[in-house]
Amino acid sequence: MFNFISPEDWEFAVKVIQKEFLGAIWDTLYITILSTLFAILIGLPLGIILVTGDKKGIRPVPSFILVIVNGIINILRSVPFLILMILVIPVTRAIVGTSIGTKATVVPLVFAAFPFAARLVESSLREVNPNIIEMAQSMGASPLQIVLKVLIPESVPSLISNATIAFTTVLGYSAMSGILGGGGLGKIAINYGYYRYQTLIMIFAVILLIIVVQVFQTIGTKLAIKSDKRIKN
Amino acid sequence: MITIKDLSKTFETKAGQVEALKNINLTIEDGDIYGIIGMSGAGKSTLVRTINMLERPTSGQVVINDTDIGSLSDKELRSYRRKVTMIFQGFNLLMQRNCLKNVCFPLELAGVPKDEARQKALKLLELVELKDKAKAYPAQLSGGQQQRVAIARALATDPDILLCDEATSALDPKTTNSILDLIRDINKKLGITVIVITHQMSVVENICNKVAILENGSIVEEGTVEEVFANPKSDAGRRLVYPDFNEETIGENVLDSNTHILRVVFNESDTATEPIIAKLAKETGIEANIIYASTKSINNKAHGSMLLTFKTADELNEAIKFLSPVSGITIQEVTKNV
Ligand SMILES: Nc1ncnc2c1ncn2[C@@H]1O[C@H](COP(=O)(O)OP(=O)(O)OP(=O)(O)O)[C@@H](O)[C@H]1O
Ligand SMILES: [Mg+2]
Repeated sequence: MFNFISPEDWEFAVKVIQKEFLGAIWDTLYITILSTLFAILIGLPLGIILVTGDKKGIRPVPSFILVIVNGIINILRSVPFLILMILVIPVTRAIVGTSIGTKATVVPLVFAAFPFAARLVESSLREVNPNIIEMAQSMGASPLQIVLKVLIPESVPSLISNATIAFTTVLGYSAMSGILGGGGLGKIAINYGYYRYQTLIMIFAVILLIIVVQVFQTIGTKLAIKSDKRIKN
Repeated sequence: MITIKDLSKTFETKAGQVEALKNINLTIEDGDIYGIIGMSGAGKSTLVRTINMLERPTSGQVVINDTDIGSLSDKELRSYRRKVTMIFQGFNLLMQRNCLKNVCFPLELAGVPKDEARQKALKLLELVELKDKAKAYPAQLSGGQQQRVAIARALATDPDILLCDEATSALDPKTTNSILDLIRDINKKLGITVIVITHQMSVVENICNKVAILENGSIVEEGTVEEVFANPKSDAGRRLVYPDFNEETIGENVLDSNTHILRVVFNESDTATEPIIAKLAKETGIEANIIYASTKSINNKAHGSMLLTFKTADELNEAIKFLSPVSGITIQEVTKNV
């Protein structure tokens, strides 16, 4: 397919890149960061309930609550993102006022990402040594104190790694959302690459996506390691 | 005073019921260093965990100074737990907090103002000789140092009782001794009652004044350490006091049914040095065969014990007659089952 790249294509691509890419990168970061934040905001308490509310947890809750939370998470996680985007259009309209554009993309992304974030939080918190939780109980810690002073602080490195995973996953989804009128690099890749056969522009968009993932993954990994006091010196 | 009354604990597991504790009765006086010793799976951890209700007993009571701990509300129980603190085999420090903040942890839980907590924590780190490690993280400390931090943390809320669940089992002998010395100091200086769970007789000998032996969920023997050491009445007790004494190490032929065995326990250090066995031979003509001998230091006093065999019952009886009046020793005829 590269044979089809003519000098005119090059020229066009350079023009598009100059005109649109800076805005697209900004949009992508904006969408991804905002969606990840909302997803964590919703996912964190759900993950905490899943761990602490467990039959053997520090503050068991009625089992129907866990059944409901688990059910919602599992259902949302099993719906393919493309379909989820269509399903939540009414919700998006109700919240943002429109179902296309940069802001509107955030809604389906949050729906796709918060169940994932909840599971990641759950797995991070479950890694905390149960003996340490028992120690806290033996010192008279209340369930809330255990969450705030033990579970979360002790799993910070793992939470950071998992937040990075969530971020890169949302970034991938956000690119997909270009199909339904979402903004950012995904939109450019689809509009020019898929609809107008401008392969060059598509490749460029993909390379930028890869770079963004690399940068954030590297930062996330470094932060996780740096925050971990179990590592000597 | 801690009184444990008719306490039982049964775990429901998929494989069926596990009776971890069976009708335990125990009294621990203020200021005691009370040892609870037993083999793995005997129920020691379960027992000590009922004292702060980390484990709810199936039946029975834990009463501390007239308060039935099982009847406390959640909130009351949390403030009670500040007075009955615990140290663990695995130290259980918060790995993402430095030592100072680890010691501050129980004070934070209790709502003590930050500055006050810090001052107190520093003082306690000084007590455990780790002031220079205040800013270090647990991963940067040795096991012994980590346990010292855990001890400082356990003392932060001025407890009346300190529970130690295998607190030295993960440490080498030298470090074990230094931790035990620290616990003894704390008991003396601060008057804190200490309950020590262990599977090592040496730990009990080293610091405890009283001991209970736990086997299969029941207390089979209890008393002062001297009593139990001098004259273990239960099989479990004998196995603990004479860990290296069994048919394999002695040789089965010595222990055949015709052998007559006498246990001699030296309770005072000065008799231990007297050559009474030589005297026995010289004055009665009976030659005793020493098949086992050991000396131990309990609370800094030397205690020796010896097993003698005789060829005939007559010789045995004559030896008993000869040794009975000797002061500072206890003698007892033993059956084949030492
Ligand atoms: N939560 C539990 N659920 C089921 N069974 C349990 C539980 N905790 C303890 N047990 C059982 O109760 C018995 C006593 O256990 P416990 O931990 O008190 O022994 P221990 O004397 O402390 O042993 P160790 O020296 O190995 O620590 C064991 O048979 C154990 O399997
Ligand atoms: Mg145990």
